[in-house]
Amino acid sequence: MEFSGRKWRKLRLAGDQRNASYPHCLQFYLQPPSENISLIEFENLAIDRVKLLKSVENLGVSYVKGTEQYQSKLESELRKLKFSYRENLEDEYEPRRRDHISHFILRLAYCQSEELRRWFIQQEMDLLRFRFSILPKDKIQDFLKDSQLQFEAISDEEKTLREQEIVASSPSLSGLKLGFESIYKIPFADALDLFRGRKVYLEDGFAYVPLKDIVAIILNEFRAKLSKALALTARSLPAVQSDERLQPLLNHLSHSYTGQDYSTQGNVGKISLDQIDLLSTKSFPPCMRQLHKALRENHHLRHGGRMQYGLFLKGIGLTLEQALQFWKQEFIKGKMDPDKFDKGYSYNIRHSFGKEGKRTDYTPFSCLKIILSNPPSQGDYHGCPFRHSDPELLKQKLQSYKISPGGISQVDDCGFSLNHPNQFFCESQRILNGGKDIKKEPIQPETPQPKPSVQKTKDASSALASLNSSLEMDMEGLEDYFSEDS
Amino acid sequence: METFNPTELPELLKLYYRRLFPYSQYYRWLNYGGVIKNYFQHREFSFTLKDDIYIRYQSFNNQSDLEKEMQKMNPYKIDIGAVYSHRPNQHNTVKLGAFQAQEKELVFDIDMTDYDDVRRCCSSADICPKCWTLMTMAIRIIDRALKEDFGFKHRLWVYSGRRGVHCWVCDESVRKLSSAVRSGIVEYLSLVKGGQDVKKKVHLSEKIHPFIRKSINIIKKYFEEYALVNQDILENKESWDKILALVPETIHDELQQSFQKSHNSLQRWEHLKKVASRYQNNIKNDKYGPWLEWEIMLQYCFPRLDINVSKGINHLLKSPFSVHPKTGRISVPIDLQKVDQFDPFTVPTISFICRELDAISTNEEEKEENEAESDVKHRTRDYKKTSLAPYVKVFEHFLENLDKSRKGELLKKSDLQKDF
Repeated sequence: MEFSGRKWRKLRLAGDQRNASYPHCLQFYLQPPSENISLIEFENLAIDRVKLLKSVENLGVSYVKGTEQYQSKLESELRKLKFSYRENLEDEYEPRRRDHISHFILRLAYCQSEELRRWFIQQEMDLLRFRFSILPKDKIQDFLKDSQLQFEAISDEEKTLREQEIVASSPSLSGLKLGFESIYKIPFADALDLFRGRKVYLEDGFAYVPLKDIVAIILNEFRAKLSKALALTARSLPAVQSDERLQPLLNHLSHSYTGQDYSTQGNVGKISLDQIDLLSTKSFPPCMRQLHKALRENHHLRHGGRMQYGLFLKGIGLTLEQALQFWKQEFIKGKMDPDKFDKGYSYNIRHSFGKEGKRTDYTPFSCLKIILSNPPSQGDYHGCPFRHSDPELLKQKLQSYKISPGGISQVDDCGFSLNHPNQFFCESQRILNGGKDIKKEPIQPETPQPKPSVQKTKDASSALASLNSSLEMDMEGLEDYFSEDS
Repeated sequence: METFNPTELPELLKLYYRRLFPYSQYYRWLNYGGVIKNYFQHREFSFTLKDDIYIRYQSFNNQSDLEKEMQKMNPYKIDIGAVYSHRPNQHNTVKLGAFQAQEKELVFDIDMTDYDDVRRCCSSADICPKCWTLMTMAIRIIDRALKEDFGFKHRLWVYSGRRGVHCWVCDESVRKLSSAVRSGIVEYLSLVKGGQDVKKKVHLSEKIHPFIRKSINIIKKYFEEYALVNQDILENKESWDKILALVPETIHDELQQSFQKSHNSLQRWEHLKKVASRYQNNIKNDKYGPWLEWEIMLQYCFPRLDINVSKGINHLLKSPFSVHPKTGRISVPIDLQKVDQFDPFTVPTISFICRELDAISTNEEEKEENEAESDVKHRTRDYKKTSLAPYVKVFEHFLENLDKSRKGELLKKSDLQKDF
């Protein structure tokens, strides 16, 4: 793939030629694209696909894959982001092209570690599975043929000979007859997921697979090929990374938080100050609950804590006036001079609301930013308890929050992927006030258990430590990306 | 044949490895026609020496190197491992991470101990003619599937020397199979699930896969004699209660009653079949088979495999023609044509064949005093004069098939390349 400078050069193809280059709405990404595109489009395509894959992930957690809700939500995501998904729509060339190019760009970003590769492969597989599931039957044959998959359907005679066996073996076949069902003969090793569970008829080293089950095999093929391709890509990565136009973007892509930034003023003024104590025990994530407690007890917080907590409060709806009042009231209890507060601290509060200096309206910190920047030291209360606390202390703290022992071991199960403290607050409020349709019930009805997207185990520190070590090499670029000045 | 004394092993092994071990056939096997360079040289062997000294990563240059080493070390046990990327005995000189297991036969290990919950005659390391049928059924069921379902052509079944059997699948494509596929094959062949805390270990669904149906047909041939007569699984209340635990409670009373009135396991089994099938016809229509009956038969007779033995490419397994240090029996190949007649108690022990050899040699020396015969010629005839001979013949038959296959493949390839 070649990158021209900032010049925009578009390949113009005549109608038929365009369709020929992307004959189907889905593909196995066997051939890399060979166009020139601008850096801007490069970035945009990449970001759009990351958004898509993150939606795939979130939907897969919130809904059972394959259900109507899952399917329709995923389809609307694809439509929104203008990627291809369905045949017979008008002017399919552009969405298919975007799909093709963006996939290959993300290979560059996600080949770098085992964890990234696994994530990327998983979401791409789910995406492919969805697209295949809505492919009309008559298109399936064509697609298989064009995709270098040597799946040959067997003749009617061969079918009749084995009809009983095939029907008795395949759960996806109901009834006693095969009818017009296509059956494919495949080397048994290519049908691993089918034969291991005895879900297919085996004879003399071949699996006789009904069309419905071909999907599993195709996905397996896809996974194997993509896995190999990523390994190859990783090897040629140094050459790509040396291109300074690409390096920052590629490093950031796999770590970026692309969800809501909670800087919208949608819920401004809906919270009153006297609600905060109660809310902190009901709907605050542990990091903010800890900060609030420390503020109440010490009537003070250091800079790191004020930034993290202050922006969070802004995100849940505190106005500037409320914020000023909140902090001043508390600090005065700590025997601070009101004038000193006005001189020193109120300026910073107004600054964080975008009312001073260069007027940047700072956004509340995402989980990743909290975890990776500015680790707390003695006397600090900010940071992420799952990352920065001793596991035993963390367990104790969770116990004191009256979370059941089962809940502590299973830091999971709220049904969505958590990347942002304000997201935690919103989801919690939604659950408590009814209305949100989630897949699983939280362990404790009152406080949904957090599932920070970066870890899933009881031993949070060690799991995060291993993730951190894979992220560490990118810290430099990352810092810049997340700094408030960018 | 009963007199095997483990303390005699060092002496017996010396003789065994000098005069009786079938080196040329053994090498012929593992060399696989010499088609792939260094295939034999990259093969790992492990030796267990006297006093339980265990050494891994042994490898040899050729047949004569193998012979010399075995005669020198006198191993109590020999295991065969994988073919690696480099000579195993030089693995320490290889760059970290570069030394990899690449190929190995697909192997299965069926151990009688895994059936302790369903055999009444023996337990743990003991076996007897009454329970050996379990191995016979296992071999028939697994072998049929390997051959007919998976299309594997070169399967060597070996008696382990004490309480079980091993299978070595040696097809060229099979040796290259990944760990995942090997696990998948074991899963396909598994039906009995659950440990001590699980009472009912077999659950069949409405659709019966042909593999299961064919396995049941094999078990049916042996069930009456094995389970109802020899094992007598419905002999008394204690034993039939175990079977009642596998059927729904609603038919327990009726069965208890008819069991009390019956005189032997055969009669009781007939009752059970009737009641079970009536029960099933009531809850589903008679499109479906007699699962309850089949589930019991399978739990009592179906093979139990150890997945760990089969899935790892680098797993080491006892070598054919190795000696079992506790029983003295040789791990001999089993003739599939005569699997029903195979009797582990007639398998020769090392002491037996050594004695046979001594007796014959003395006679021969007297007869051929004046002829100068080379040592090698002696050796190649030696095993033939002992009870080991028929087993080596089975092995040679297996090797001939491998050779035929290889020639067939080479012909195919040269045809494609139009080499004449």
